[in-house]
Amino acid sequence: MIPIPLLAVAGGSPSSLLRLTFVDLVIIVLYFAVVLGIGFYLKRFTSTGEDFFLAGRKMTAWIAGLSFISANLSSLETMGWSAMAYQYGMLGAHAYFIGAIPAILFLAMVMMPFYYICKTHSVPGYLKLRYGEPARALAGITFSFLTIMVSGARMFAMAKILNLLLGWDMDVSIWVSSMTVAIYVALGGLLSAVFNEVLQYFLIWAGSLLIPILGLIHAGGWRGMMERIQQHAPIIHPTVESADFTSLWRNLGSFESNPMGIDWFGMVFGLGLAVSFGYWCTDFLQVQRVIVAKDLRSAQNGTIIGAFLKMLVPIIVTIPGLLGLAVLLNPDGSPMVLVPESDPRAGITHRTYNDVLPLLMGQYLGPGLLGLGVTAMIAGFMSGMAGNLSAFATVWTYDVYKPLIRRHADDAHYLAMGRWSSIGGILLSIGTAYLLFYFSNILEYLQVLVFFFIVPLFAVILLGMLWKRATPAAGFWGFFAAILASIGMWAYVHTFPEGWRPQPKATLSEGAVVRVEQDVAGRWQRVVVEQGQVDLVNVPVASGPVEGAPAELPARIHDRQGERPLQLLAPQVVLAETRQTSKFGIEGVPVVLQPGVTVRAQTVEQKFAPAAFNPEHARVIARSEKAKPMAINMYSAWWSFVVGIGVTVVVSLFTRPKPESELRNLVMGLTTLPDEGPCPWYEKPALWATVVAVILVAVNIIFW
Amino acid sequence: MRAHERQIPIWFFIGVVLAIYGVLILLSGVYEVLRPPPEEHRVALWHLHAPIWWGAFLLAVGLFYAIRFRPREGETLTGHGSSRSR
Repeated sequence: MIPIPLLAVAGGSPSSLLRLTFVDLVIIVLYFAVVLGIGFYLKRFTSTGEDFFLAGRKMTAWIAGLSFISANLSSLETMGWSAMAYQYGMLGAHAYFIGAIPAILFLAMVMMPFYYICKTHSVPGYLKLRYGEPARALAGITFSFLTIMVSGARMFAMAKILNLLLGWDMDVSIWVSSMTVAIYVALGGLLSAVFNEVLQYFLIWAGSLLIPILGLIHAGGWRGMMERIQQHAPIIHPTVESADFTSLWRNLGSFESNPMGIDWFGMVFGLGLAVSFGYWCTDFLQVQRVIVAKDLRSAQNGTIIGAFLKMLVPIIVTIPGLLGLAVLLNPDGSPMVLVPESDPRAGITHRTYNDVLPLLMGQYLGPGLLGLGVTAMIAGFMSGMAGNLSAFATVWTYDVYKPLIRRHADDAHYLAMGRWSSIGGILLSIGTAYLLFYFSNILEYLQVLVFFFIVPLFAVILLGMLWKRATPAAGFWGFFAAILASIGMWAYVHTFPEGWRPQPKATLSEGAVVRVEQDVAGRWQRVVVEQGQVDLVNVPVASGPVEGAPAELPARIHDRQGERPLQLLAPQVVLAETRQTSKFGIEGVPVVLQPGVTVRAQTVEQKFAPAAFNPEHARVIARSEKAKPMAINMYSAWWSFVVGIGVTVVVSLFTRPKPESELRNLVMGLTTLPDEGPCPWYEKPALWATVVAVILVAVNIIFW
Repeated sequence: MRAHERQIPIWFFIGVVLAIYGVLILLSGVYEVLRPPPEEHRVALWHLHAPIWWGAFLLAVGLFYAIRFRPREGETLTGHGSSRSR
């Protein structure tokens, strides 16, 4: 193997990528002022619990649809799915096609009537009506936990990008943004969250659309971008160098032919059924946005508008990720290599997958536009956070606090609880933000949480709506068993009975003096450490000063994990020849330690490693040792769904169902749709659902 | 919600914000043309002058929404006023 310097940079801090001008700051400050102003303005319209938690049930189809998609179009979308496209190529776009549209249409046409007609205020509220209190309590508590965790993920994402882009302190970013959201949600409740989400939707597009436009011009159009990707991908992703990064379906025939290590079955049933239907049909954050429409037809049309808008999102998310593979270059013209968050070089010598969008912003956006781009990202973060917060306030107040803590109080009390729980929820979620470092990127973190709770919930709600024989006991136990299965699978793939050792790594201390030996072509042959200290992890060398002859660390080290290249990290060293300060990260190069250099060696071995996947266990879950984290999550979601359905059916057969009189307006066959009167053809939900479905098929064929 | 109070539709807020942003970006683009930054400080594709045409586009969209949904008698928060629907 020819060692390639993965990134060699001299000078500069990795924490600050861009400098804002005065006009950029004006744009950002104006945004904060407007969202807070909207919150203060709307407070006068939220005087009852119905206003605060359900926005008075007065939303039009367009507002419901825009809010529905904006709450989802958060930082996790823009940054996370751009990172996915950088990591997995075109497969990242499946999240917007098979991974969303069928489920959203199913929500609109099949599930929405039940949610709407039973007048529930939340998804756990539906469980209470359909299955009883135990299922509702379990769902309410797990959903509250989930929203706090996801909200923490959004905060982390925002703080990180502001730190990367502007050098802002992460703690300050977290507190300023989260308190802004807490204030406007606490003031205006769901009404304020929904209206700000509509504003944020426009700003996200205004600030994001220029990146793909300019990037495609730069890359020479779509064809030019694809050609560059094929050239750069083997260098950027050497472990999957034979994979096809440019197809939606053509590369899903085997686990080896695509960068995700998944096949079509996992994509269709894992993402397309379990994850997607679970998220879009039963995640209350999403459902809440459309059940507050002014009538059922508006709720359905709003959802379908959301489906159409969802299909447009790859333009500002997937294409930038692909552009990252094509147009992000080092100063010497070589492709820039980004690494996962879990990579030890992340943040020291390398930018991460999640940085792909900010890097493109820095490349293309000048004064004014940069401020708008940053505002777009902040808007995305805040719309997502507000979505979580308003959903949390509703579920906490109505599905946890009211039934379990204070059953009988007046409306004003629950309204106050909604406002205070908005503040409390944001404080709780701050504490979860840094857990993200355990996962290779932000979206995978969300996926893990999604299949823990949302997929099991979807399994029991689906049966509850479609099968009147499903019993209250079955609803609870099916839900509970599927949650346990999800957590069990997650623990299983991260468990290493014989121990897992991180990749061998040598880290040079600050100020260490090094000499780099290169051949005539400039390729690195050897790194000689002349002075300083070296920290070694899983390198078989004794601690202490090097004495006598120089010590040589081999380019590749063989241990129980197999043969792996030695990683060398030099965050801040001095070059012996020039005495200049430099930094670099490299792997697969021999390192020589001169006498006098101090060695601190340690062996790290873990039985349970959240940052690593056991390939043998991954094969059991995802049918392939080559399965990447995303593929494992999709298959885990599928098995979780199967467990949820299976347990619910089996328990139903042995327990007593509810009488039909208690199931009216809750189950198919026992629910009569209300007659909302005639409407013109262009307002019929079935027509637009068909149009969206046809577009979905066409897009998949075009990018097959 | 208070039904009989004059209400400002969300679309009006959106229009005003986009129009202001459009003006700021358009002006910063014009300024860059009049006083070009040094070569090494220019972004990629600087010669396309994206701030000018993108700022103009945002201004046009913003003005459309701000005028179309200006606060009027009978208007509601959702822009679903008595004289029209959305």
